[in-house]
Amino acid sequence: MTEITSLSLFELIKSIKEKKISSYEAAKSFVDRSEKSKKLNAYVTENFENCLKISKKFDSNPNFDLKLPGIPIAVKDLFCTNEVRTTAGSNILNNFVPNYESTVTQNIWNEGGILLGKLNCDEFAMGSSNETSFFGNVQNPIAKDLVPGGSSGGSSSALAANLTPVTIGTDTGGSIRQPASFTGTVGLKPTYGSCSRYGIVAFASSLDQAGPMSKDVKDSSILLEVISSFDKKDSTSIDFKRNNYSSELTRNIKGIKIGIPKEYRVDGMSDEIENLWKKGIEYAKDCGAEIIDISLPHTSYALPTYYIVAPAEASSNLARYDGVKYGLRSSGESLIDMYEKTRSEGFGEEVKRRIMIGTYVLSSGYYDAYYLKAQKVRQLIKQDFDQAYNKVDAILTPSTPSSAFKIGEKSNDPVSMYLNDIFTVPVNLAGLPGISIPAGTDKNNYPLGLQIIGKPFDEQTVLNIAYSMEEKINYKNNITDWWME
Amino acid sequence: MDGIMSKNNLEYLIERNDNVYEVVIGLEVHAQVTSNSKLFSSSSTKFGAEPNTQVSLVDAAFPGMLPVINEYCVKQAIKTGIGLNAKINNKSVFDRKNYFYADLPQGYQISQYKYPIVGEGNVILDMPEGQKLVGIERLHLEQDAGKSIHDVDPNNTLVDLNRSGVALMEIVSKPDLRSPDEVNAYIKKLRSIMRYLGTCDGNMQEGSLRADVNVSVRIKGSTDLGTRCEIKNVNSIKFMQMAIIYEANRQVDLIEEGEKIDQETRLFDTKKNETRSMRSKEDAHDYRYFPDPDLLPLEVTDEFIDQLKSEIPELPDDKKKRFIDEFKISPYEATILVSDIDTAKYFEEVVAKMGKNRDMKLAVNWITGELFALLNNKNIEINQSPISAKNLAKLINLIKNGTISGKIAKTIFELMLDGDIDPQIIVEEKGLKQESDPKALETLIDKIINENREKAIEYKQGKEKLFGFFVGQAMKASGGKANPQLINEILKKKL
Repeated sequence: MTEITSLSLFELIKSIKEKKISSYEAAKSFVDRSEKSKKLNAYVTENFENCLKISKKFDSNPNFDLKLPGIPIAVKDLFCTNEVRTTAGSNILNNFVPNYESTVTQNIWNEGGILLGKLNCDEFAMGSSNETSFFGNVQNPIAKDLVPGGSSGGSSSALAANLTPVTIGTDTGGSIRQPASFTGTVGLKPTYGSCSRYGIVAFASSLDQAGPMSKDVKDSSILLEVISSFDKKDSTSIDFKRNNYSSELTRNIKGIKIGIPKEYRVDGMSDEIENLWKKGIEYAKDCGAEIIDISLPHTSYALPTYYIVAPAEASSNLARYDGVKYGLRSSGESLIDMYEKTRSEGFGEEVKRRIMIGTYVLSSGYYDAYYLKAQKVRQLIKQDFDQAYNKVDAILTPSTPSSAFKIGEKSNDPVSMYLNDIFTVPVNLAGLPGISIPAGTDKNNYPLGLQIIGKPFDEQTVLNIAYSMEEKINYKNNITDWWME
Repeated sequence: MDGIMSKNNLEYLIERNDNVYEVVIGLEVHAQVTSNSKLFSSSSTKFGAEPNTQVSLVDAAFPGMLPVINEYCVKQAIKTGIGLNAKINNKSVFDRKNYFYADLPQGYQISQYKYPIVGEGNVILDMPEGQKLVGIERLHLEQDAGKSIHDVDPNNTLVDLNRSGVALMEIVSKPDLRSPDEVNAYIKKLRSIMRYLGTCDGNMQEGSLRADVNVSVRIKGSTDLGTRCEIKNVNSIKFMQMAIIYEANRQVDLIEEGEKIDQETRLFDTKKNETRSMRSKEDAHDYRYFPDPDLLPLEVTDEFIDQLKSEIPELPDDKKKRFIDEFKISPYEATILVSDIDTAKYFEEVVAKMGKNRDMKLAVNWITGELFALLNNKNIEINQSPISAKNLAKLINLIKNGTISGKIAKTIFELMLDGDIDPQIIVEEKGLKQESDPKALETLIDKIINENREKAIEYKQGKEKLFGFFVGQAMKASGGKANPQLINEILKKKL
């Protein structure tokens, strides 16, 4: 029999429902493997003992009607979890234990999921390589000293290394899709307003969105079904009719129109990516989709727009970490001194950089030139997509401009790091659903992903296209367990 | 250095070295919205609770917590806007006003900056010299901050977040006010309107109503505005007036000395009766306002506004007009009676209970005279009056129909206090019915004249002052019950 930890979520649920394995056995397998995988540094906080205890409890009185019956799941450490430390990868929340639960994680526990632990991430989700975490770098299981992507780097690493059957991340500018692409896994960013932001440590409120990360497309559809819900506690949550994504999942995408935006063919794009994209187009055709060339004329403004809007919101969202109420407090001579010391010691370099950028673009005299202009451009980017969707049902692009890079390779060059998000940020700016699926490898055998972008609230089409292409691509990660002790 | 009031006593002018200055005042009033819960959370807003007992995770800005607008507070703001004859905006936007302070948990205050919920309106002031229209610039909704307590712990500042997140309406006037008296009238009128609407209790002691006062001065007749100073967070009308007088004179002195006025924020020191610089324009915060991405723009339909319009009660200006038309009382009397909603209610109830044969003059005099004096004495509000409107109406009717004299009525009024006793019962039990039988009174007066023969002669010889003496004797002999009018008539005849 295949190892429990290499089962897909769908297979794991099936095995538990058919009583082939117990929740405890499942939990024990993931705990044991996680214990042997400390070199990956995927976890910030382990919840192993609790997880085993709860799984036993589940087995004593199992409810197989639940969507995630006794399934152990590790989650990104940006989701507040009741009585379990929540750090957002930051020293300033090093000792923070919430007494409340995020809506998204609560939805998972309500369906029988069990918290396995909290996964490493870039500090306050600001980063593309997990190198900004206060809790250290995370290894990509694909190869030693390779970044797992970011900000949901602990999530992608743990998932690819089979430390958790599925996981959830958050995506502000690509933080689910880029790490999925770097680790040969699937990551879906839903439409803005689909998953509640309540209880998620905020980075940039108008862009943040939680989403599933999984080994295959079907698993993402199962998890999306659980976590997507209308929530009155989040004023930006949207009350739309949500599908039963997993049961409505189909590989029949005949006649679906897929757009190929010419502006995504950026300068200096490697042949590998170019070829991957071409291959993707052929796969889509094979699946019965109609390919249509489209234009998204304002694409080149997306990255600069993002790097104004996101830091602006972040600079304000992070003002609450001031040492007064919770989290780290450094001692100071006066209130101002205390603020300065707490925030100097509590925040890392990248977070400070973005707070400064954000503060600057909102300052009087600069607001109109930067923030206001960026908001206008954001509208234009949205309109680009609206117009494209008059012609097509979805859009196919590469997920990232390159494969995973070495730890330390880009950490001193923020701009080159920011360029990682070039294909993913327009989707956040427009609030659209987007998925990254593994589609091939580069010359080093590192995974590469393709991105499918959908219409607002049309996660089903995105999932169906991905599901259909996944079968044709038939990608398999080649992971050697090199890190295991 | 007090201001010198000009001769006509209606304007507040400051004279220095042949220059006459007028004061230009604009107010930013912060009025706490009457609501059981806060603007963006369900925490209670009850005044006087133990520190930090009315604080939700949202109020304390815990990670991942999000604001959710309280619809009731939105309705209250719109109602207030309607009461200020103002334009209600179908779309308004909540912004973040960013600054660090220990009692500001989010590190920003959620307020409305560019797009307030209420636009331009006006308020009518009833001044002795006539009515004055004061323009309203805007009204917007915002969160209150918590409270920093500096004087409990010698080494630390303590923070109470009970007030954090409580809904405030900031009502910004145009710079239309010209004197401390107008400021007094403006605040009172604003308070009155909001109390009629039930949108703010106007309790200044509890901090439900406070104001930032913008003051500038200019040569009388000039149309340019001078450089203004903003006096922050003044919490009583008296202090506002004192602060304005001090500040206006300070500015005039500076100008007269040839110096420039710096635009700055100042504090009023109530103990020293002076304003002090808090921060200059250069040090002014850059609040980095931007639309709060946690909240969608606030949209209200015309139907929603119309529904609220239909719920608006009769407001002081309309009530005043009706009182004048319907009850034939003077504008002055009407102004007094409508100024407070509870007074107006009391008055209307007295009028209703007086029935057909009502005497408005008596009603007005008794309420603004005896009753106000009583309430003032006991330092209570009219809704706590120990004498109900019903029983005061009865008392007035007893005077009107001649059962008792006004003088006896005052005695009865005192007796009624002890448990809101029906005056009719007091009259009967104490035998205080007025003696109006002419024969009985004649007998009584005959007796008095007989007993005071010499004085009666002196009176007849022209010492008219003595008439009062005889009236007094007659009243005394009757135990105060004699009908004073009859006594007068009979005495005139007999003497």
